[in-house]
Amino acid sequence: MEREEKSNTGYLKELTKGFIRENPIFVLCLGLCPTLAVSNLVENAFGMGIAFFFVLLCSNITISLVQKLIPDEVRIPCFIVIIASFVTVASLLMQWFIPDVYARMSLYINLIVVNCIILGRAEAFASKNNVFRSMLDAIGMGIGFTAGLFIISAIREVTGFGTFLGFRLIPENIKPITIMILAPGAFFTIGFLMALFNLIRIKKGKVSK
Amino acid sequence: MLKDKHLTVTVSPHIKTALTTEKMMWIVSCALVPAAGAGIYFFGFHAALVITVCVVSSLLTEFLCTLLMKKPATIKDGSAFLTGLLLALCLPPELPLWMCALGGFFSIAVTKFAFGGLGYNIFNPALAGRAFLMGAFAKEMTTWKTLQVFPDGITAATPLNLLKEQGYDSLMKVFDSHSHLFRELFIGRVGGSIGETSAGLLIIGGLILLFARIITWHIPVSYIFTVMVISYFTGGVFGIPFHLFSGGLVLGAFFMATDPVTSPITPKGQIIFGIGCGILTMLIRIRGGYPEGVCYAILLMNSVTPLIERYSKTKIFGVKR
Repeated sequence: MEREEKSNTGYLKELTKGFIRENPIFVLCLGLCPTLAVSNLVENAFGMGIAFFFVLLCSNITISLVQKLIPDEVRIPCFIVIIASFVTVASLLMQWFIPDVYARMSLYINLIVVNCIILGRAEAFASKNNVFRSMLDAIGMGIGFTAGLFIISAIREVTGFGTFLGFRLIPENIKPITIMILAPGAFFTIGFLMALFNLIRIKKGKVSK
Repeated sequence: MLKDKHLTVTVSPHIKTALTTEKMMWIVSCALVPAAGAGIYFFGFHAALVITVCVVSSLLTEFLCTLLMKKPATIKDGSAFLTGLLLALCLPPELPLWMCALGGFFSIAVTKFAFGGLGYNIFNPALAGRAFLMGAFAKEMTTWKTLQVFPDGITAATPLNLLKEQGYDSLMKVFDSHSHLFRELFIGRVGGSIGETSAGLLIIGGLILLFARIITWHIPVSYIFTVMVISYFTGGVFGIPFHLFSGGLVLGAFFMATDPVTSPITPKGQIIFGIGCGILTMLIRIRGGYPEGVCYAILLMNSVTPLIERYSKTKIFGVKR
């Protein structure tokens, strides 16, 4: 995981590392459970992505602000309490503004509390770095996660339903590949995208074969 | 290496068989021809199209994958041809052709090349292709063509389907007597996938493989014997020939479960593998949601093959554990 960097340079790196180099889904392989569950429709993926982004940003900022006050022995419960408060905020907001999306995925929204990306960023990054870096980290990771969800759900919705955000792309008379919106389809899609990301990273020379 | 004409020094193995992968694949393909022919004869022209499309899409996918992965072209070794043929034989004869092509693509690209190509795949490609199509197009995959055996057009379901959905009595209404049912099952004039219906011709193909020493007796015999034992205890004397000749059991036992890549190599392991397949097949047929369980039984046993091999290692003589 991330080591604390004392230098003031590399803010941009802090932001962009979540996009490809340390993409939470395809490279760190974190948060695969919600990824599998909500990536069947682009709409669900967006809802999840926004809620996730909000919680990650707020919790990273808060935790890096109070890092000196939290005793080391009870840090995980403290992180969970902070994350859970923001999840409650997010879930209440979603319930008000997008009730039909919330109705479909309220379970997964509440499960953001134990999302391993958020807890992982809190433990590995926000509790050791200053507010600004933690914010950049959260933005990068949030964009990486949301973009990952978007790619997976776009592939699955187009092949499995023949639609994109509800608009029909593939004519009715061609049967959609139902398996793509079931769990196996999620595994196929994530597997092949992981291979693609590894290919990109190998091409860039970031990892050795 | 020495240049001496009379003395050649090489590393082991010293005894090599004349049987190459290529030869093996073509013998297996030839052994499937009678059953495939019967399928085309019973189900008509569309069955021939299904077989052609599956084979062509498998070969094409193999070619593209080797090209993309910069591997030596293995299109000529016959393995892709055989995968396509086996896949077609376990598909319903009226399946739309683009679905067949998709199945062939999945078999080769995902189950074979995503794992590293021939020899590295965990699951039998043809069966995985079938399972994929089953998950993707459940309705089309269980629509069976009506045959002449049912002149009044009561049903086009497979005998196994009929027994599971409507019970023993309606099965007997379609086929007047036990002997009639068994005769039709043996010849292959019943609803079902293209290549699985004619038990007699498949057994001939299986015997060819046994005598050509492509396969050993361990897997087919232990598989079929387990099915016979369980069907005797659950269905009585009627059960044995019924479960033996219906569905894809013979095709699966001789041609799919014996795939050298995805089944254990030790004789002891092969017997465990066969028994496991038999138990799972009968469990799915009797208790499961699907009428036929051969495909999933073999796939499930494929996944435990490495475990079986680990526990059925041959003991080295004179070495203590």
